[in-house]
Amino acid sequence: MKNIRNFSIIAHIDHGKSTLADRLIQHTGVSDARTFKDQILDTMDIERERGITIKSQAISLPYQAGDGKTYILNLIDTPGHVDFSYEVSRSLASCEGVLLLIDAAQGVQAQTLANLYLAMENNLEIIPVINKIDLPSADVDRVIEQIDQELGLDSDSHLKCSAKEGIGIEEILEAVVDRIPPPKGDPQGPLAALIFDAKYDPFRGTVIHCRIFDGAVKSGDMIRFMYNSTTYKVEEVGHFLLSRSKRDRLASGEVGYVIAGVKTVADVRIGDTITLNDRPCEKPLPGFREIKPVVFASIYPISSDDYMDLAVALEKYTLNDASLIYQKDSSVALGQGFRCGFLGLLHLDVVQERLEREYGLSILLSVPSVRYRFTLKDGTVTEVDNPSLYPDPMSIVGSEEPYIQATMMMPDRYLGVVMKLCMEKRGVNSNLKYTGPGRAEIVYEMPLSEILYDFYDRFKSITQGYGSFDYDLTDYRESNLALLDILVNGEKVDALSQIVHRDHARARGLLSCERLKEEIPKQMFRIAIQGAIGGEIVARTTISAFRKDVTAKCYGGDISRKRKLLEKQKKGKKRMKMIGSVAIPQSAFLAVLKSDTD
Amino acid sequence: MNQQNHTKHPGIYIHIPFCRSKCSYCNFYSTTAINRIDPFLNALFIEMNLCGSSWNRFDTLYVGGGTPSLLTMKQFSDVLSHIRETFRFTENPEITVEINPADMNLNDLKSLRSMGVNRISIGVQSFNDDILAFLGRRHTGSQARRTIADAGRAGFENIGLDLMYGIPGQDIPSWAETLEEAISCELEHLSCYQLTLEDDTPLGKRRQMGEFLLPDEDRQYDFFMRTSTILGDAGYVHYEVSNFARNKNLVSRHNSKYWNHHTPYLGLGPAAHSLAENRRWWNKVSLTEYLADIHSGKAPIATSETLSTEALRLEALFLGFRTKEGIHLENFNTRFECDLLEEKAETIEILQNSGFIRIEDGYLRPTPSGMAVADSLSLI
Repeated sequence: MKNIRNFSIIAHIDHGKSTLADRLIQHTGVSDARTFKDQILDTMDIERERGITIKSQAISLPYQAGDGKTYILNLIDTPGHVDFSYEVSRSLASCEGVLLLIDAAQGVQAQTLANLYLAMENNLEIIPVINKIDLPSADVDRVIEQIDQELGLDSDSHLKCSAKEGIGIEEILEAVVDRIPPPKGDPQGPLAALIFDAKYDPFRGTVIHCRIFDGAVKSGDMIRFMYNSTTYKVEEVGHFLLSRSKRDRLASGEVGYVIAGVKTVADVRIGDTITLNDRPCEKPLPGFREIKPVVFASIYPISSDDYMDLAVALEKYTLNDASLIYQKDSSVALGQGFRCGFLGLLHLDVVQERLEREYGLSILLSVPSVRYRFTLKDGTVTEVDNPSLYPDPMSIVGSEEPYIQATMMMPDRYLGVVMKLCMEKRGVNSNLKYTGPGRAEIVYEMPLSEILYDFYDRFKSITQGYGSFDYDLTDYRESNLALLDILVNGEKVDALSQIVHRDHARARGLLSCERLKEEIPKQMFRIAIQGAIGGEIVARTTISAFRKDVTAKCYGGDISRKRKLLEKQKKGKKRMKMIGSVAIPQSAFLAVLKSDTD
Repeated sequence: MNQQNHTKHPGIYIHIPFCRSKCSYCNFYSTTAINRIDPFLNALFIEMNLCGSSWNRFDTLYVGGGTPSLLTMKQFSDVLSHIRETFRFTENPEITVEINPADMNLNDLKSLRSMGVNRISIGVQSFNDDILAFLGRRHTGSQARRTIADAGRAGFENIGLDLMYGIPGQDIPSWAETLEEAISCELEHLSCYQLTLEDDTPLGKRRQMGEFLLPDEDRQYDFFMRTSTILGDAGYVHYEVSNFARNKNLVSRHNSKYWNHHTPYLGLGPAAHSLAENRRWWNKVSLTEYLADIHSGKAPIATSETLSTEALRLEALFLGFRTKEGIHLENFNTRFECDLLEEKAETIEILQNSGFIRIEDGYLRPTPSGMAVADSLSLI
C-alpha cells in the first residue's frame, strides 16, 4: 500500500488538465509514441471540442521514482464542470491528493476555487501547479501571489510546468510520490469500496470504477451494494492501464474496476459502497447522495416520424449515463417526445449534442425549467418541472423555487456590470471580496431558474471573457410564480409555455412574442401573438398580413417556373406545424425555445 | 360572366426575338442583332413545317417578342401567309401583334390591318418621358399618343395598351393620371403590370446596388387596388391580375388560354412555350442555337416536361386564382377526382370570411384582394 498514490488533477476549464494528464501518462511510459493519442482521457468528441471532461476516467501509472522504488500512481480524472460536482466529489474522495492546476496567464478562476474547496473538504494534500509557463502572457509571479492570497496555500509549495512543452513533468511525478500520502485502510477488514464511476460495456455490462478502502475483492466473491442491498457475483477485477487489465484481486488502497454482471449503469449509484455479502462492513463510506436532476426539458423529434428512433437513442444513451432520466411526454404542437431531467445546463447541452451527433437525430428542446414546489390549498406539496403540469392557480397557496449560491470572479473593473446583471437576475445577499490587486470575488444568492435563462452568455459578454462563474445548489425559497402561455391567434402553443417569476412575466412574454414574430412568415391573415397568464394578456405583438404576392405577368413562359416556386413553398409549408390556421416553421420554435445558454 | 371569350381551340404564339435596344427592366429573351431577322424568319417557316398537322384548328395567333414591330410589312405578310398555309384556323381568329410606339406609322398600321391583324397591343408603359427614359424605352409619350390615334384611324377595333406601375419615384396620384389618360383613349383593353425586377436585368442590378427602392408590399397592394378601382369605375372588367377589358367579350382570347389551363397552345420561335394535354415544352432560349437546330432538321426544343396530376392541379389553382372568373368547381373536381370545397372546407371558410374568395355560380372566385394573393391562395 505504501507504494500506491491516488491523486486527481483539478483545474478551471482550459487550464490544461487533459494535456497534463497525457504528459504524465507518456512520461511513465504507459503509452508510447505509437499508441499515444492526444488527450487520452477525454475520449468523447464533445470532451475534446469543449476542452472539458464529462466522464471520470482512471488510469494506473507505474512510475520509477528518484528513490529507486516503483510506485503505482492512480490518476483519477474528474469531470471539469459544476453540473458534475457530485461525481467530482466522489472521485476526490477516492484520492489522497490533488494537483491543483492554474493557468499562468489566466490565474485563479472561479472553478479553481470551487475545486480547491472540494479538495479541502476531502482533506486532500494539495499541490498547486502553475501551467503554461511558456506562454508569452504568462505571469507566474502574479499566480504565486494568488496562490498565497486567494487560495491561502503555501506559495512555496507550487510547481511550474508547461504540459504542452513537457516542461516540469518529472518534478510533478516526484511531488506526487513525495507529498501525497499513501492510502490508508485495513487490508484485513471487511470490504469497503467506493464507487466513483460506472461505464457500460456492450459485452460485459456495467464496469464499476472503484477505490478499495478496506479489505479486498476478487472474482467469484458475492458483493453487495449497500445502497439497496442488491448482490452480484464478481466476474472480473482489474486495473486501468490504457485499457482494462485483469488482476486476481483488488486490495486495500487500490483503484480499479469490478465487473459483476450488472446490466445497466442505472443499477449502480455513484458514491455507493461495495462490500462483501457474507462479510459486510459496518456502515457505508461517507458522502453518498442520490443524484437528482435539477434542470428539466422536453425533447421532441423535429420530424414526428423519428419518435421511435429517439426512444431507442435515449435508451442506448442512458446505458452509459444514468444521470439522465426521462419519461414520455407529448405536446399538441410538437407531438410525442420525452421529458428529461439533467444535472445542469452543460449536461443538457451534452445530451442534446450527443443525441444529434452520435444518433443522427434532429431534435427540438423545450425551454429548460427547474423543479418548482407548490403548496396547495389542501395542504399537499407538489413538485412541478413541466409547465404542462402546472397546478390550477386557484389551488396554489404557496410557491417555492430552488436557489443557488453563485460565485463569480473577475477583474474588479467589471464589478458594476456584473452586480447589475445579478440584481436583474434576482440575486440577493451579495458578498464582495477583493482577492488580490484588481481582482474581485462576488457571491450572490440567486434562483437557479435565472441562470438557465441567458445568464452565461451575458455574464461572459459583459466581462469580456475575463469573468468566471460557479454555483452550488442551496435551498428552496418562497417565490411568486406564474404560468406564461403563448397564444397564436388565440390558440395556446403548449410547447412554449413557461413557468416564470411574476415580475419577469411581461418581459419574458414579450421576448417570446418578438422571437416568434421574427420567424413566422407573414401569412394572408394578421397573426396575433400573445403572452398570457391565465386570462390576462401580458404581452402582445402582431404579424401583419401580407397583402400582395402575385406576380404581375404569367404567360406561357412563366407558368413552369412559377409552379416550381410554388411547389417548393408547398413543401416548406408541409414541414411547418399548424397552430389553428397559422403555419409555424420549426425555426420559430427553436428561436423561442433557445435558452441562450451556449 | 361565364363566357369570357374562352374557347376550346388552341392558339399559336410566335416569338420575334429582336429588339433595337433592350429595356432596362426586361428579362424576356431577345437579341439586338436585327440583321438576323431574315435568317430567323426562314427558320421560323421551317419550324412551322416541322410542327406537323396534328393540331386542331387554331382560333388565336399572337405575335409577341421581343419587338414584332421591327419587322417590315413584307416580312409580316410573309409570316402571316406562311402560317395560314401551314395551320388551319377557325373562321374569325383573334390575331394580335405587339408593337412599339416608335416603330409604326399610320400606313404601316393600315397594312397590318389589311393583312387580317385584328388586335393590336401597344407597349406604352407610361406617358411620362422621364419614366420612359428610366425604363429604357426608346419612344416618348407623344409617340405613344400618336400611335394610339393612328391605330384607331387604321381601322383597329380592338386596341390594347401595356402600362406599368410601381416605378421608383412614381406615386399613386401620378399613376392615376396615367390611367386617366389611358381611359380617355376609350380603348378595348389595358394591361397594367407592376414593375418586377429580376436581378440579372440592368435595373435589377441597380436596385441591388441600392440606387433605388421598389415600393414595399403594402404600397404595391395600394397600387394594385387603386388600379382595380379606377379602371372598374371607368367600366373595365378586372378579369386577370394585370388585365382589364372594356367588356367581357374583349378579354384577350389568346392569353386566356394560358390561364384557363384547358386549351393547348403552340409556341414558335426561340424561348416560346407550348402545352398539349399534360406535356409542356419550350424552345432553345438562344437565336443561334435555335437556328442551328432548325438547320440540322431538328425541332429546336430545349426542354419538355410531363406534368403530373399534382403539378397540373397546382397550376390549375394558381392560374385560376389569377382570374376574376376563378376555378370552375365541377370541372376541377372531375379533372382531379376530388371535392375541393370539402377537402379544404375549413380554410375556404376562413378565406371567404376574410374577403379573399367567394363561391358563386359554381365557381371559386377570388375577390380583387384575393387576386393580389393568388399565389398563396393556390397553396391552400
